[in-house]
Amino acid sequence: MKAYDLVIVGGGPAGLAAAVSARDHGIESILIIERDKELGGILNQCIHNGFGLHTFKEELTGPEYAARFADQVRERQIEYKLNTMVMDISQDKKVTAMNREDGMFEIQAKAIILAMGCRERSRGALNIPGYRPAGIYSAGTAQRLVNMEGYMPGKEVVILGSGDIGLIMARRMTLEGAKVKVVAELMPYSGGLKRNIVQCLNDFDIPLKLSHTVVDIEGKERVEAVTIAEVGPDRKPIPGTEIRYTCDTLLLSCGLLPENELSRSAGVELSPVTSGPIVNDSLETSIDGVFACGNVLHVHDLVDYVSQEATTAGKNAASYIQHGKTKDAKIVEIIPEGGVRYTVPKFVRPTEMEDKLTVRFRVGAVYKNCAIATYYDGTLINKRKRPVMAPGEMEQVILDKSKLAEFPDLSKITVRIEEA
Amino acid sequence: MYDVAIIGAGVIGSAIARELSRYQIHACVIEREEDVCCGTSKANSAIIHAGFDATPGTLKARLNVRGNEMMDTIAKELDVPFTRNGSLVVCTKDQDRSGLDKLMEKGSANHVPGLRILEREELIKMEPNLSDDVTCALYAPTGGIVCPFHLTMAFAENAYDNGVSFYLNTEVTGITRSENGYCIKVNRKEGVCSGTPLDPGTHTIETKAVVNAAGVYSDVMNNMVSGQKLSITARKGEYMLLDKSAGAHVSHTVFQLPGKMGKGVLVTPTVHGNLLVGPTATDIDNKEGVNTTADGLDYLGKTAALSVKDLPLRQVITSFSGLRAHETQNDFIIGELADAPGFFNAAGIESPGLSSAPAIGEMVAGMIAEKYALEKNPDFCATRKGILRPETLSLEERNALIRKQPAYGNIICRCEMITEGEIIDAIHRSLGARSLDAVKRRTRAGMGRCQAGFCSPRTMEILEREVPMSMFEITKNGGKSKFVVGQNKEI
Repeated sequence: MKAYDLVIVGGGPAGLAAAVSARDHGIESILIIERDKELGGILNQCIHNGFGLHTFKEELTGPEYAARFADQVRERQIEYKLNTMVMDISQDKKVTAMNREDGMFEIQAKAIILAMGCRERSRGALNIPGYRPAGIYSAGTAQRLVNMEGYMPGKEVVILGSGDIGLIMARRMTLEGAKVKVVAELMPYSGGLKRNIVQCLNDFDIPLKLSHTVVDIEGKERVEAVTIAEVGPDRKPIPGTEIRYTCDTLLLSCGLLPENELSRSAGVELSPVTSGPIVNDSLETSIDGVFACGNVLHVHDLVDYVSQEATTAGKNAASYIQHGKTKDAKIVEIIPEGGVRYTVPKFVRPTEMEDKLTVRFRVGAVYKNCAIATYYDGTLINKRKRPVMAPGEMEQVILDKSKLAEFPDLSKITVRIEEA
Repeated sequence: MYDVAIIGAGVIGSAIARELSRYQIHACVIEREEDVCCGTSKANSAIIHAGFDATPGTLKARLNVRGNEMMDTIAKELDVPFTRNGSLVVCTKDQDRSGLDKLMEKGSANHVPGLRILEREELIKMEPNLSDDVTCALYAPTGGIVCPFHLTMAFAENAYDNGVSFYLNTEVTGITRSENGYCIKVNRKEGVCSGTPLDPGTHTIETKAVVNAAGVYSDVMNNMVSGQKLSITARKGEYMLLDKSAGAHVSHTVFQLPGKMGKGVLVTPTVHGNLLVGPTATDIDNKEGVNTTADGLDYLGKTAALSVKDLPLRQVITSFSGLRAHETQNDFIIGELADAPGFFNAAGIESPGLSSAPAIGEMVAGMIAEKYALEKNPDFCATRKGILRPETLSLEERNALIRKQPAYGNIICRCEMITEGEIIDAIHRSLGARSLDAVKRRTRAGMGRCQAGFCSPRTMEILEREVPMSMFEITKNGGKSKFVVGQNKEI
């Protein structure tokens, strides 16, 4: 059996940044395993610009952003295997993988970084009634067909869900000559970034109907029409509000799900809220030496934050490999409250953490003129005003190690949304 | 001139074709869809009933029990996934348990082996997720689960390999009597399909005998030649399929004792490890009405909860509906028509049709063999190999396979871990796949939790290369179900 100090599962933005960071922190023996034919992950099909404003202070396309990190991986001569699928990860960090050349093989790792990304929620998972014709695609599948294969999935399009990929595809399909008739969103707010609503819908006069959902799909062979209806506060369709659109295509952009089948079979504890691993301040999962970062951990809004998070994971994995498991340190839980859906990380070790720890989260509704408040037990530590917070955009608080040290008996940290 | 033409390549038509191929016979199957197993056979509960439910003395009762009995041999000969997981009919505290006794009596009259009534204490050890209201149940150890796609394809491939012609994408538009039998007018539709070649357009197929296994359209076929009219109602059944992570929620097929609330719905593991919940039962006018409804899906969740608790409905990966061919006489209609000699019906095949299919095949083929004094086919081969599933091999065997055929090292469907090798096998075997759904039914590529989001573009590339066919000819399931409409900037 081959052995590596660090095996990184996934060669997308998370895996690449984690590898670079681990190497820069002294780990020589690293293997990235990527199932696709090139490094870069889903960024390779995101040919629009807007990536990297935080990381590189310039606007890059997805492939350009990915290439910056892939170049760093190659410059450092970090090993990677393409077209290789990880089949299994065991609790004792044996990775079973397979490809055409090597067949099925095992690798023993000292540490593992999970960076498998996420997948789109399918029509079936949404329980949309109606027929099951051709012409129903997840937005990402359509994106791959258009941007990588050069094929148009349809001419007249209805989009359900206002997630970022759906918004991007509304513009993309329009630019390729298709007619996007409407974007329907179940929630009273969009799940995507504000800038995408403006640049991809408003600029092309594509209507966005909030609090609407698909109630019927017609067409036995290919989609012929889609009916949407307004939903009430219970998210159930309101009879009499139906609007029927003739179309040949329905794109779905209804949320992303971290892809954690490997994590689950390895025995990693997962959060029911994020569907990603539960991690501590070093982004270590419930299994010692197994770390997670990027969209497999929680779905991000901007790739820049993926890269930042992965850099942290890579550094911490390096430290684990070099110094072994940290001695049993005190653990404090972060409690999300009052509109904060979850936090990553969920656990903090005040004695082990970095001087500044970024805690990321999403809110469960739109909040205007509110504040993010952080409490150490009952004591308000920080309150930061935010003009607008929406579920489509990640929020963060920074925890300060020196401040935490002032609370040696701390039992919990609370992050909540409050009136400003 | 054919000896026999079978209309319909569902599980019934395919089973009959396979049984007929045991004889020296010139036979064909005519199927309007681009693949076998595209109607009722593809959308049902995927179970092999034990046979206690049908009224003693009916064809349903006799053929169900016989079909169930035949399944072990068939599964072995034709390499079809089949498990006898046992079934339970559960009675809740609000129900009259004498209903179970009546079922047990019927079962005994039908010669169903091993039936027992179990009390809660024993039941809950067998099936811990039964609802708290369940008091007792009828246990049938011979109940089983099967892959209906594989069962149908296995019958069809084996029949094809034994010399039966299969005209896919070919719709029957008329049947008339002729001097020697029947003339069947057919229309071969445009589009790529496997099986016996035929030019697109109308043709006449001449045959001595006809077998009507046309599912919900079997009344239409019957009524073209007979004064004894049939009336088939499409009875819609909606289902929800849950992810494999929920597949172990129950291990037996859990039926509900029929009561005031109707026949109830079942919760069962599938032979591939998913969890299936359904069906509803709604009579509809539209024989093509395979849409699901919000009410139907809602009903399933609520009703299933009466027998099984904590159903993880968040794990639903798809929902679908199938149409059962319900005939007014409420029994299978099998046999030669008195006023149309040589026209054999296998009509009104609703539940337990899948379970009875092997026995219906045996029965109909037997009738035809007797009438025409058919001789045994000395070259008949009873076995067929299913698609090789690398996961069933040892590590050494798997690596040897990959060295020989590297495509077996390339995963295409991440959810079900299906390799390129399996997809290539599905395309190149007898009656091979030509559409994405055909690949899916054969290999399970695209049948997992992402529902083909990732693998469909890759599967399309493999179809394009291997068949070969153009990207613009690739469909989801034949006809106009095209996947892409043009190249970029073209529209």
